[in-house]
Amino acid sequence: MKELIFERSVAGRRGYRLPPCDVTPRPVAELIPEEHLRQHAPHLPEVSELDVVRHYTRLSQLNFSVDTHCYPLGSCTMKYNPKLNDRIASWSRFAQMHPLHPASCSQGLLRLLDELEQLLCEITGMAAFTLQPAAGAQGELTGLKIIRAYHRAKRRARTTILIPDSAHGTNPASAALSGFRVVELKSNAQGLIDVGELRRHLSHDVAALMLTNPNTLGLFERDILAITALCHEHGALVYLDGANMHALLGLVKPGEMGVDLLQLNLHKTFSTPHGGGGPGAGPVGVAKALEEFLPTPRLRTRGTRYVWEERGKRSIGRVHAFYGNVGVLVRAYVYIRTLGKAGLERVSRAAIINANYLMAKLAGTFPAAFPGPCLHEFVATLKSLKAHGVTAWDAAKRLLDYGFYAPTVYFPLTVEEAFMIEPTETESKETLDAFAAALQQIAEEAKSDPEMVRQAPHRLPVHRVDDVKAAREPNLRWDVRGHKQFAKF
Amino acid sequence: MDYTPHTDEEIQQMLQTIGVRSFDELVSAIPPEVRCRSFQIPEGLSEQEVLTLCEELVQPNRSLHEFASFLGFGSYHHVIPTVVDTLAARGEWLTPYTPYQAEASQGTLQMIYEFQTLICELMGMEVANASLYDGASALAEAATMSLRAHARPRLLIAQTVHPHYRQVMSTYLSGFPCVVQEIPSTNGVVDLEALAKALNDDVAAVILQQPNVFGCLEPMGEAFELAHRVGALCVADVYPISLGALKPPGSCGADIAVAEGRCLGSPVAYGGPGLGLLTTTQALLRRIPGRLAGCTVDRLGQRSFTLTLQTREQHIRREKATSNVCTNEGWLCLRATIFLSVLGPQGLRELAALNAQKAHALWRRLQELGFMKPAFDQPFFNEFTMRCLNDHTIEEINRKLLKQGLIGGLALRPWYPHLPDAAVWCATEMISTSDIDRLLDALKSL
Amino acid sequence: MRVPSELRYTKTHEWILPDENEAMVGITVHAQEELRDVVYVELPAVGKSVKQGEPAAVVESVKAAFDIYAPISGTVVKVNSALASSPQLVNKDCYGEGWFFAIKPSEPQELNALMTSDQYTELTASETH
Repeated sequence: MKELIFERSVAGRRGYRLPPCDVTPRPVAELIPEEHLRQHAPHLPEVSELDVVRHYTRLSQLNFSVDTHCYPLGSCTMKYNPKLNDRIASWSRFAQMHPLHPASCSQGLLRLLDELEQLLCEITGMAAFTLQPAAGAQGELTGLKIIRAYHRAKRRARTTILIPDSAHGTNPASAALSGFRVVELKSNAQGLIDVGELRRHLSHDVAALMLTNPNTLGLFERDILAITALCHEHGALVYLDGANMHALLGLVKPGEMGVDLLQLNLHKTFSTPHGGGGPGAGPVGVAKALEEFLPTPRLRTRGTRYVWEERGKRSIGRVHAFYGNVGVLVRAYVYIRTLGKAGLERVSRAAIINANYLMAKLAGTFPAAFPGPCLHEFVATLKSLKAHGVTAWDAAKRLLDYGFYAPTVYFPLTVEEAFMIEPTETESKETLDAFAAALQQIAEEAKSDPEMVRQAPHRLPVHRVDDVKAAREPNLRWDVRGHKQFAKF
Repeated sequence: MDYTPHTDEEIQQMLQTIGVRSFDELVSAIPPEVRCRSFQIPEGLSEQEVLTLCEELVQPNRSLHEFASFLGFGSYHHVIPTVVDTLAARGEWLTPYTPYQAEASQGTLQMIYEFQTLICELMGMEVANASLYDGASALAEAATMSLRAHARPRLLIAQTVHPHYRQVMSTYLSGFPCVVQEIPSTNGVVDLEALAKALNDDVAAVILQQPNVFGCLEPMGEAFELAHRVGALCVADVYPISLGALKPPGSCGADIAVAEGRCLGSPVAYGGPGLGLLTTTQALLRRIPGRLAGCTVDRLGQRSFTLTLQTREQHIRREKATSNVCTNEGWLCLRATIFLSVLGPQGLRELAALNAQKAHALWRRLQELGFMKPAFDQPFFNEFTMRCLNDHTIEEINRKLLKQGLIGGLALRPWYPHLPDAAVWCATEMISTSDIDRLLDALKSL
Repeated sequence: MRVPSELRYTKTHEWILPDENEAMVGITVHAQEELRDVVYVELPAVGKSVKQGEPAAVVESVKAAFDIYAPISGTVVKVNSALASSPQLVNKDCYGEGWFFAIKPSEPQELNALMTSDQYTELTASETH
């Protein structure tokens, strides 16, 4: 499949017909002055409905996806996305709701959102939630704005955020976007936060520590209570990147380990589909002392009715045009109600067992970078391949040939030739066995035929893609000029 | 129901392979003091039970299908061709993630490349990214992008930009060393004299919305010419459906054009998920936030696609990135791509024309009532502002309309107290003549 | 590995050709090998004043971006505009056509603190072992 939808275009072909105009029509040029009107139609393709169906069906078949392949992309929690959630979210009384219609038209939806806030509070041990942020990174941004507002309300000008070196890249980027200075904390030999290092960096300029627990290596910060206590002693808040909440359902409530605020990624832990890159949802939960800073509008009850409260004296303001990614929130609610208490507990248990099982199966081939049991994911190092001139990137490409999407490669930056593997709880034992066997096979191939591995993949719709050419000669759109399909323009 | 496949026997085998006796041994790193003592979540349900629960929950809701709604204000009810829903429901589109492994993601990557091309064509701009969260965050990203591109401390934004968008921008900019100045309006559009006065070589960017929050068409070309004279960047927030009829931002001199793209084939969904569109010029390519798909070749020289120019992004640049954005709205990109492909240039032109026809018919009919008068003497597309000059407040009128299954225009008072009797009315192609008749009958019998 | 003796070097792998009007700056063979395929170079504006040890340019590969630090203080008087369309020159000829920019030194004595080719060779040897 190399043909673009534009290259299928035939002048005059139609794919959709609109109803005739049922009001007295006037020429558009009479309604809108010439100076505001478009001179040339945009160069959109002219194709039939069947052209469109074949094109986008065939294109879809070039993708690996959770529905078709095991997708052990570390830190992304690519688990099964239940179909029931999509079905319910598509009901017109969820999907076809206008955000500015009177609240009396949306009481059922608002009740769902209110219940979801309460469920998330119970799951995390936080006092209050906003569902507004549209993704994890926007949740982080919201959290950092809250941190800033909190210190300003206390008349403190704090400018530093401490972030461990193993953190997701969004953490320092969100901190910088919120006007903070980022100071990186070096992890210790066990891959954890070094409490001594933290103590050295804590000062009256530190607004917060932003940590991930379990961290990106899949390890639980054992000293978490000492860490949060130390931060609080210095007047600093503790922000938890909840990207890895997947490991903690029913095991640990972040609010009970001293976390002041966190974001959740509903498209990870709570099974909403990733959509080829979104939409996600990144609700933010806070401790009681931070509730007044949450974004507006807030969902409130007046008697038995739900209403949106626009005002909030100390609120950081709005982060989304309306109320967040409601279509995603509905799916997450359905998921939580379907699984319930025992189901959610089983999610984290099965995710942790799957990750440890795979780590054990791979120990002789590609050992974990740090010893000891992991939680829901682990980071293996493929540095042994270097002797054969094969990189982790090459192994990732070869893994595609075996029908597995590749784990997250070269992250975290603290591990050499890193493979960050998150099998998730919905993969079966036989899938994990096959995955381990494929990696063992690749380790053998790297010895016997390294060139073949370096040239992988061999069985996919395209061979190894030239990223260097893509970056040196950026071609980010098809140029319609000079193509016969668009000759008439 | 929890969707995990393991039998008890398998769990035992796996624990044995791991070399532990129990699950608790695996989580021994978690200090006992922080282990959950209570977890008060309702018990799980079967599929049938969940359906029943949600059917009850959804009962009090009333969807756009159950009203004739004359309310837009940033969220517009448009047609969604059946093929959009059918194709987008495929698991191969819905369940992958960001296409990091290009060779196993050619479908998503080619689709994004087509999307970027379609959006550039629609906007008349040179470069489009692979989308942002929504129109409001796209506007905020355009603001921070302008501040980074230009070492200048001031941003000018028209008061005729959607108030929620201005609020989101202000949240994003808190902590940025910059000053945002709002430019007042005159007769429903940006006051060009006030704009000219506010412009100097401290201004990084001028931000306008087209059509603006009142539905009026801004003198965008003139405003942007003034801005370019002092070297400021020009940022336009536009309405994609209107571009089937209206001059695209690229022809008005925009350096950055953003939009809420949900109207291109995705449901209103109570305002989210949205589809933030962001386009710009070649000159600002390296400043663009978010993902970009590029066309390249594979090892054997065949056309292929990949994410590119990633060094701008957070996972590489960390605190020096152009933005913290990680996910885009890939699934809505797909819907917009299918929507624009199936409509084609002719369909889009007809769709825009239908919107203009219906809204202008509504505008004429409302004036027949005698107590509704246009608030401004300006051209508009599918939304306009009317003053209500009888002794009912707009809120009272809307309460009466609601009882008859009609949603009236949105009162502007909360955001524009100087327009206490004004409301913004909208008619898209989803409004029929009989809807307008029903509205008129209801308004006549107030 | 080629380390021309007429150049001076920094610990961060830049080279500079001492000159009182136009001291050319680039990155070493070692640096460009570590980077692999250079895909983009962001150069400073001509006329910009730079301080020793502060970032003056950025060099990018597909998956990494590195700051290039000014080896000495001064004013940027020339930039290698050929890099805009041909960033691969940095890989092909890092001491020649792949130069980055030229500085008119404001503190010429700063040059004395930089490494000679022998010292730099020793540094890279110790880094790789």
